[in-house]
Parts: sequence; C-alpha cells; structure tokens
Amino acid sequence: MGLFERLKNGLSKTRKGLVEKVESIFTRGTIDETTIDELEEILIASDVGTHATQEIVDLLREKIKKGEVRDGDSAKNLLKKEMIFLLGSSAPVVLFGEKPFVILTAGVNGVGKTTTIGKLASRFTSQGHSVLLAASDTFRAAAIEQLEIWAKRSGAAIVKHQSGSDPAAVAYDAVESARHKKTDIVIIDTAGRLHTKSPLMEELKKVKRVVQKTIPNAPQEVLLVVDATTGQNALRQAQMFNDAIGITGVALTKLDGTAKGGIVFAIKKELGIPVRLIGVGEDIDDLRDFDPVEFVEALFS
Amino acid sequence: MFESLTEKLESIFKKLRSRGLLKEEDVDLALKEVRLALLEADVNFKVVKEFIQKVKEKAVGKEVLESLTPGQQVIKIVNEELCSLLGGSNSRIQLSPNPPTVIMMVGLHGSGKTTTSAKLARFFKKEGRRPMLVAADLQRPAAIDQLITLGSQIDVAVFHSKDTKDPVTLCEESIKKAKLEARDILILDTAGRLHIDDTLMAELKHIKDVVSPREVIFVADAMTGQDAVNIAKSFNEQIGIDGIILTKMDGDARGGAAISIRSVTGRPIKFIGTGEKIDMLEPFYPERVASRILGMGDVLGLIEQAQKTFEQKEAEKLQEKILGESFTFDDLKEQLKKIRSMGPIENILNMIPGMNKMKGLTVDEKEFVKIEAIINSMTSAEKRNHNLLNGSRRRRIATGSGTTVTDVNRVVKQYVELKKMLKMFKGGKGMKLPKFLPF
Repeated sequence: MGLFERLKNGLSKTRKGLVEKVESIFTRGTIDETTIDELEEILIASDVGTHATQEIVDLLREKIKKGEVRDGDSAKNLLKKEMIFLLGSSAPVVLFGEKPFVILTAGVNGVGKTTTIGKLASRFTSQGHSVLLAASDTFRAAAIEQLEIWAKRSGAAIVKHQSGSDPAAVAYDAVESARHKKTDIVIIDTAGRLHTKSPLMEELKKVKRVVQKTIPNAPQEVLLVVDATTGQNALRQAQMFNDAIGITGVALTKLDGTAKGGIVFAIKKELGIPVRLIGVGEDIDDLRDFDPVEFVEALFS
Repeated sequence: MFESLTEKLESIFKKLRSRGLLKEEDVDLALKEVRLALLEADVNFKVVKEFIQKVKEKAVGKEVLESLTPGQQVIKIVNEELCSLLGGSNSRIQLSPNPPTVIMMVGLHGSGKTTTSAKLARFFKKEGRRPMLVAADLQRPAAIDQLITLGSQIDVAVFHSKDTKDPVTLCEESIKKAKLEARDILILDTAGRLHIDDTLMAELKHIKDVVSPREVIFVADAMTGQDAVNIAKSFNEQIGIDGIILTKMDGDARGGAAISIRSVTGRPIKFIGTGEKIDMLEPFYPERVASRILGMGDVLGLIEQAQKTFEQKEAEKLQEKILGESFTFDDLKEQLKKIRSMGPIENILNMIPGMNKMKGLTVDEKEFVKIEAIINSMTSAEKRNHNLLNGSRRRRIATGSGTTVTDVNRVVKQYVELKKMLKMFKGGKGMKLPKFLPF
C-alpha cells in the first residue's frame, strides 16, 4: 500500500462525514447562499474554527461574485486549493546537524505524548537510528513505567530518575549520556500540563534551557502534541506553548476517531507552525508523516 | 482575553436603542453574536442552532426590563436558557441500597478516567465510606501502576491483577472481593476507547452487564471540540450513561462541550475536575459554566474578584488622601462617608495596609454622624482653612449642626492633630492615633 493509500485509509473515518457532505453539496451544480451556509457548517463541524472558516467562506463568496466560481466543481477545487495553501508545504521531522538530535515533546494532559513518543522511537529504531528516551514526566503516577514499556517495545534506551524528581535533571542526564555514547536521537517525554499553569510552563522552559547547556542548538525539534478531538482551545495551547518553548511542529493524535482535527488550520494560519506527524491508530506504525496535499486530497477525493 | 459577549452586544444595541419590546430584527442581530460565541466555545453547531431557535422564540416580543438594556435583556434570556440546559441542580452520585455501589468510569483515551477515579475514591473516603478502586484498564501500558500509585496516595485499596487479560473477569472478581472486605463503593477504571471501536465498546457493554453498576460515569475532557456530540451519543447509546464528569476545567477552554454532551445525552454533569491534584474535584454549578461558555468569564467569581479589587482600590485611595498634605475637612468628610458605606469599621480597618495590626481599636459609629454634621455646617473657606475658626464661627457651627461648641472644638482639635500626625507619618516617623479617628 502506498503512503497515499495508507493515509486515505487512516483518514477514512475523517473522510466519511466531511467528504460525503461536501460531495453532496458540490454535486448539486448550482452555488447559492444555502450552499455557502452548509459549507460553513461543515468547516465549523470539523473544528476549523469561526475565523478560519469565515476567511475561507468569504473568499469563496468573492470568487462567486467575480464569476470565477460557477459550479460545484470549481468551488471544490478552489476550496481544496485554499485549504492546502492554508496548511503550507509538507514539513516532516527532518534530522539535521550534529548528534544527538534532540526532540522535546510537550502538550496538555492526555493528548497522547507518551504513546506518540513510543511510536516515534519505533520508527527511528526501525530506520537504524539509536534512540534514547528521557523520562522527564516525573509527575504523573506510573508515567516512567509507561515510557519504559515503550522503550522495551521499540528497542530504545531510557534515562530515568525517581518519580517526583526534577524533569530538567532527567533531560540533562539523557542528553549528556547521548553525547557520550554518540546516540543519534534523544526524545524527551514531559508531563502533560495545562498551558495556563505558569509554574509548570516555567518548568518546561527550564528543561529546554538545561538541554541547551550541553547542546546549544538543541532541542532541534520541539513537538507539540495536540489531540484531534480538541476544539478551539488547541489554538490557545499552541500559542502558550510556543511562547514558552518555541514550538517547531505539531503531532496531531487520535485522528482515527470521528474528530476532524480542523484546528490545525488555525494553528498554521495564526502561528505558522506546521503539522509534522499524525496519529491514526494504536498500532506502533500508526504514526505517519503529515502531508498537507495528501491530507486535503484525501479529504476531498 | 476574549472580548466579552455582553460588550459586543452592548455595542450593537447602542445603535438600536430600541425600548419597550424586543424586536425580531434586534434579537436576530444579537443572536448572531451569541451564535459565534457559542461556536467559539466549541458548542456543537447543531446544538447551537437548536439553542438559538429556542432563545429567539423566548426573546422576541419580550419586554425589556426597565433596568436593562436590550443587549442585557437578550443575554439574560440566553444565560437562563443555558443554565436550564446545563441542568438546574448539581446532582449527586446515587448510592445502591445494597452495597457495594458500583461506579463504572468510561470515556475516550486521555480524558482523565484514572485520575478522576482516584479523585472520586478520595471524595467518598472523606464522606466516611470504604471505597475500593479497580484497575480495569488492561490496555494502556502502566495504567495499573498509575492507579496503584494513586490509591496508595489516598490510602484506598486497589483491586488489580497483572496476569489477567480479561477486564470482564477482573471486574466480576472485584465485586466478590469488595463484598468480602465490606467495601461500600467500588470504582471501576476502564480502559480508554474510541466510541467507534466496536470490539472495545462491546467489551464495555459486557462489563456493564456483568457488574450492573449503579452509575456509569462518562468522563469527558472540557477541551473537546465539535466531536463531543458524536462521542457522548455513542457512549450513551451503546453503553448507557448515568452522569458526566468534565475534566481539565482548570484550563482556559470555554467548555462548550458541556452543552453538547448534556444536550445529546440528557444526563447530568455531576462533577468537574479542576486540577491534577487528587483533591481537585468540585461540584458542578451550571451558572458558572454557562457564564464561562458565553465568554462572560465566571461571573460569580468575577463579581467576588471585582469586589475585592474595588475595596483594595478604595483603601489605597484613602491612604493616599490621608498621606497628602492637602487634607481638608471636605476630604475628611468624604473619607468618613466612604468608610461608613463600606461596612463595619473594624472590617474596613483590616483592609487598609498596615492597619490590620492595630488590635483593640473600638469605634463609635455615632461619632461619624456628629462629625459629618459639624463639617456640613462649615463654610467652604472654613473647610479649607481651620485657622479661620474663631469663637463665633464655632458657635455658629455648633448651632447649625445641632452639637455643642465642645464637640466642634474637639473635631477641630482632632483634625489638627490628624494633620500633624499625617505629616509625621509621611516623614516616616511613626504615628500616634488621635482618639476619634479610625485610622
């Protein structure tokens, strides 16, 4: 199965609702206000958000006025183009620079950080990279044990301290150890935290600072893990985490449900942060690179 | 911060100034904003549509109350409707007549079932009951360890088995164990699952059939978006839920999912989770969540806060005046008036920075009336310059205020003392309180 097919597969549930509705609108032939209203509803229902939706709808309206959009097909193409444009070009995780390549992960509680890290570690080890996991979630009960299980499954090494210890110290030890052992990749798991809790955001900043003591340009990747089920608050999350530690990419999880994850449009539009990865299932290989073109194509095909 | 919905509506209605009855076009205009606010708060669009229709029916033709602007009137109706939709009262978890009361926690991955299970166990323990937790999440790595750790933190027994692969058997056994140990509350922490995962949903149904729980609690993340309706509906239709706990309410999500879930399931929201610590579980108050969803913040909380700020500001202003050189009789009167309107003097004193340490200060409220009357009987010039107050002027003031010359003399003397004292205070030389003044 090619990547496109796999993506389509993973997105099939996302597709169902949205595509069927869009198809039914576009195949109607004529475009009127009802069509636009319905289109607006579809975007809203996908958690695209009122602002991004308004922008897309306004554009469509303008083109209709100018006579550039007359039928369902041209409207569909325009919408597709617009949504791809909003998402920007494909931006997977790319390893660069000296070893180790440090990936710091962050996000609110329960978005699937540890699971995403486990899958990401498996991907890297299966590609022949050496991977070290840093158990910097020292807060949640049994978070370290959970990461240990993933380390075992993926064949990655792990650096851990006791529960309740300083997350920055764990990250520091991990990066130091990786430097000495010439490990390719370090992935730092952090405790889930609400972006509104400033002491916890300070703690996260400290993790980043401490890592930079060993490797000045690390972490080369700062991944924000976002649950596709989340509504408009995901934008706030992205804003606050970005302010604190400078997010370089988003991992969008739980796309195998019925949630559409439309908030990524707003995150890209407002903050310019691309989606790097999507989680489309519980299996170890259900973490995929996000490709905007394929994503939108799959939505509309 | 979000611009509040009330502000938005006010600006719209400024143009209209319609009085009397709410006109349909005014209501439509207002509801357009309400609709956007609800959508931004993640209320499902279908739910929003129905809701707006309902409010419109109630609002059009309604008389605008004398004390309200049309915008406020619409908001009032919207707020009332939201509160009634969110469910009038905060409903408690029902207990079985035959213990143990079995409570089954269900929900998506990462909604907070395990933490909430522990919080609930702690809640019941505080009530003097004997709860037991059951680690029935056999899917997520280390989920059992997590519950064991939480259980030991709150000193609640956790029934678990690391060899069992079947959660149905485990739950069945847990009931026997609970009966044996005379536990009266049994909380089953089941694995997170997608509502479209037929196998796992069937498993959940199977557990329910076997354990016949008194309550099935659907645990939902307050940050959930539009999909909340599909998720809640699926869980309710396939498993049947009795109540809802909204988690992660300590964030800044507006929590529109509460409305979506409430309206598709019809089940009450019983608690909200307000933090990672185990004691952070609170009863659900519809009014507070309604205001939050509307973007009006937590109005009750805000009023409390505003009151605090107001008092703080007043206290600061007062201190500033006292410290200023240009302290006239008018200022004295003004301050006394404000102080009296703020409540019992002893309480006010405690709010003035530095004053809370002065213990044993007794204040005669009647003195204030006298002082005010005396000051009122002064001319403007006298109020600004006490040196003008010779014998005849003092006699006039006493007559005018219904007091005696002795009273007037005392007020003037104390005013002078106060002024002197203020200068000293300003110079940082410490202070001595004149007899009559509360400060």
